[in-house]
Amino acid sequence: MAFGAWPDAGSTGPQTVASRPVCGGGPNDWDGFRVMAMKSLATTRTGRAVSAALLTLAVNISCAASTLPARWQLNMTPGVTQTARNAYTAHMIVLWVCVIIGIIVFGAMAYAMFKFRKSKGAVAAQWSHNTKAEVIWTVIPILILVACAWPATGMLIKQADTSNATLTIKVTGYQWKWRYEYLDYEGKPTGVGFMSKLDSESDKTRQLKSGLDPHAVKVGNDATYLLNVDKPLVLPTGAKIRFVITSDDVIHSWWVPALGWKVDANPNIINDAWTLIEQPGTYRGQCAELCGQDHGFMPIVVEAKPKAEFDQWLAAQQAAAAPAAATAAPAPAAPQG
Amino acid sequence: MATHAAGHHADHHDDHDHKPQGFWNRWVFTTNHKDIGTLYLVFAFIMFCIGGAMSGVIRAELMKPGLQLVEPYFFNQMTTVHALVMIFGGVMPAFVGLGNWMIPLQIGAPDMALPRMNNWSFWIMPFAFTVLLCTLFLPGGAPAGGWTLYPPLSLQGGSSVAFAIFAIHMMGISSIMGAINIIATILNMRAPGMDLLKMPLFVWTWLITAFLLIAVMPVLAGAVTMLLTDKFFHTSFFDAAGGGDPVMFQHIFWFFGHPEVYIMILPAFGVVSEIIPTFARKPLFGYQAMVYATASIAFLSFIVWAHHMFVVGMPLGGELFFMYATMMIAVPTGVKVFNWVSTMWKGSMTFETPMLWAIGFVILFTIGGFSGLMLAIVPADFQYHDTYFVVAHFHYVLVTGALFSIIAAVYYWWPKWTGKMYSEKWGKFHFWWTIVFVNLLFFPQHFLGLAGMPRRIPDYNVAFADWNMVSSIGAFGMLCTPVFMFLILWHSKKHGATATQQVWEGAHGLEWTVPSPAPHHTFTEPPLIRAQDLAHGDPTH
Repeated sequence: MAFGAWPDAGSTGPQTVASRPVCGGGPNDWDGFRVMAMKSLATTRTGRAVSAALLTLAVNISCAASTLPARWQLNMTPGVTQTARNAYTAHMIVLWVCVIIGIIVFGAMAYAMFKFRKSKGAVAAQWSHNTKAEVIWTVIPILILVACAWPATGMLIKQADTSNATLTIKVTGYQWKWRYEYLDYEGKPTGVGFMSKLDSESDKTRQLKSGLDPHAVKVGNDATYLLNVDKPLVLPTGAKIRFVITSDDVIHSWWVPALGWKVDANPNIINDAWTLIEQPGTYRGQCAELCGQDHGFMPIVVEAKPKAEFDQWLAAQQAAAAPAAATAAPAPAAPQG
Repeated sequence: MATHAAGHHADHHDDHDHKPQGFWNRWVFTTNHKDIGTLYLVFAFIMFCIGGAMSGVIRAELMKPGLQLVEPYFFNQMTTVHALVMIFGGVMPAFVGLGNWMIPLQIGAPDMALPRMNNWSFWIMPFAFTVLLCTLFLPGGAPAGGWTLYPPLSLQGGSSVAFAIFAIHMMGISSIMGAINIIATILNMRAPGMDLLKMPLFVWTWLITAFLLIAVMPVLAGAVTMLLTDKFFHTSFFDAAGGGDPVMFQHIFWFFGHPEVYIMILPAFGVVSEIIPTFARKPLFGYQAMVYATASIAFLSFIVWAHHMFVVGMPLGGELFFMYATMMIAVPTGVKVFNWVSTMWKGSMTFETPMLWAIGFVILFTIGGFSGLMLAIVPADFQYHDTYFVVAHFHYVLVTGALFSIIAAVYYWWPKWTGKMYSEKWGKFHFWWTIVFVNLLFFPQHFLGLAGMPRRIPDYNVAFADWNMVSSIGAFGMLCTPVFMFLILWHSKKHGATATQQVWEGAHGLEWTVPSPAPHHTFTEPPLIRAQDLAHGDPTH
């Protein structure tokens, strides 16, 4: 199977879908984040200065809309959905809050350690209270926490609403593969469903002492070792997709970082979640809950296509699945390049 | 009073300390809090070495992409048993050992309140860990479903789960007995004048920790017993097919598990709160605030458990409640950090080995606290959850937090225990070596998690290779540190300079009013407590 076809046609605006993520790319992704960060941080001049500074740094240390993790990657990526951007925004806000508090606290410690040394003749004061200071450093953290919790609450409320989806996908975790069923699309059941498991090249390479080089497992230029499957989950862009997630055996967790969330697949319990993918591309993830010996070997690949291409793909799948159409189907059945 | 009786019977020995003679009498039948404290500490050291060796296997396999050394199932056994050994065999017994040694000395008591139970609670532990570790050699191997033992996965293995659960029960009994003993000692055996709000913070933090232990160890016992009956007696507590609920296990487990996290860190706060004033030569800042902050953290630890379960499929209200409650923990924890820094402010600091470890603790534990705050933010946690970011977080809290404070405490009180000084030069070398390698080991794991590497995987995409290599190099450096510590302490015991009674210039507290080494029996008569003997001065002033 080939996933190397990056659907350029039909994409809107400059794309940041790159086979190897390029740092500093994708200005569009930053506009949304910049607006949110501005809203979330104080609107004061210092607040702006801080957010501008953090944005500059953030751009430098992270890569936009990556499909594969990058070597030496340092930071979370903003992904290709609003949810993923929310996660990224929340992450950056609280990260910078921590960095600033850290600079103040560790700075004070460092100053104290250099200034108040016995070897420099420092004489110890004997005070052990300062009510005003104690009140200040109890109240200010509370205010900072409220400021962090406020946007996070809004994001969670939005993420909890799984109604009005165009497409419903049922995801079932198995030891050690995934099953995807396209329950209904635009109000109609589709009858399409398939298993998705680790690609055979990764599988051969990952055997103990296989002697094969994990770097050699590639799709095009992408090093896809352990992040590739035999049959990806194909999804439409620009449509709200609801997932119902469960498991057939032990607990798994379905996670594609570019979509911005993970949800556990629990046996006999159905969880739901949703996504709306904005850019076509191939997005890779992995099972995130320990599920036995091959937990590290059940990747997830989402191939997001523009609606027209997705419709075509789904029709082909339906045709292939329908026994009557079996005789006529093969020629147009493979829209992927 | 058993200790008094033992003291009288031993009168005919020449040893003026009245130590029991012979290995069995001295160590196996001991009811002496100091000897039992030593046993706990030696046991914890051995367990740290065993758990460390397992982490060596883990990091060696993860050094490069591809499987080079072990099968994935064995890898899972390593992660599972590493965690159980380090938590229940390393950190917890080490703190119980420190508590055993120091609590009676710090409150002016002749021994623990229940010395025979003290003996029992220690001697269960070697058997519990023999049972746990022997599962590695059973057909089917040790438990491999993670230390959290989530069903249904944890029930898939062979009979090893029964051994592990039996071992957990024994550890739990040991912990509960230890906690009862500590509470009984602190509440009943304080010397006259040692009011609750004059106790050293180490005693305070242990008192609160002991209540946490009593509250949650039975919860763990209940959870694992239900696992046991699900596996062997066909009950369905956690089996959905029989009307049970696998997620319920997680709620019960983390109702234990989150307070457990504070069980492992509150005594560390106590240790650091003793060491920093000593080497800053200045009273602890905000003594009462420290006590109340500890109590607040303990209370909050009971209402945040489901932050370990943000992606389990909780309703919105649950996610919001547990997010807010978890964030609130940052407030009392922040108070503690600010108070430590304020204690240093305008002090007269020197940087002997225990102080270095305590400062290392404050900085690196705070980094672990920061990542904890990040993990509390649910929308971001949707990404962090179950990744190496979490692994980095809890190792910062447990290794550079709990373990650093244990090492600090050992260097701090070692001269009191043995009467011998250690080599400052090599103690400092031990510290700086550890600082370099522990950060190489755990800091890159933040990056790996943020880049998308799940935890508990034996192999990974090649993009994760570089930081994993760095992390593994850090791990190999860390594997040397128990050897350094052993050699430093061994050398001190054999050739160390004689310690004074006071040991540290700025030390205050009753433990410094007895000779070094502390005699086998101390405070057989309650001491007269003078204001200058209190660890933190008179807090009412």
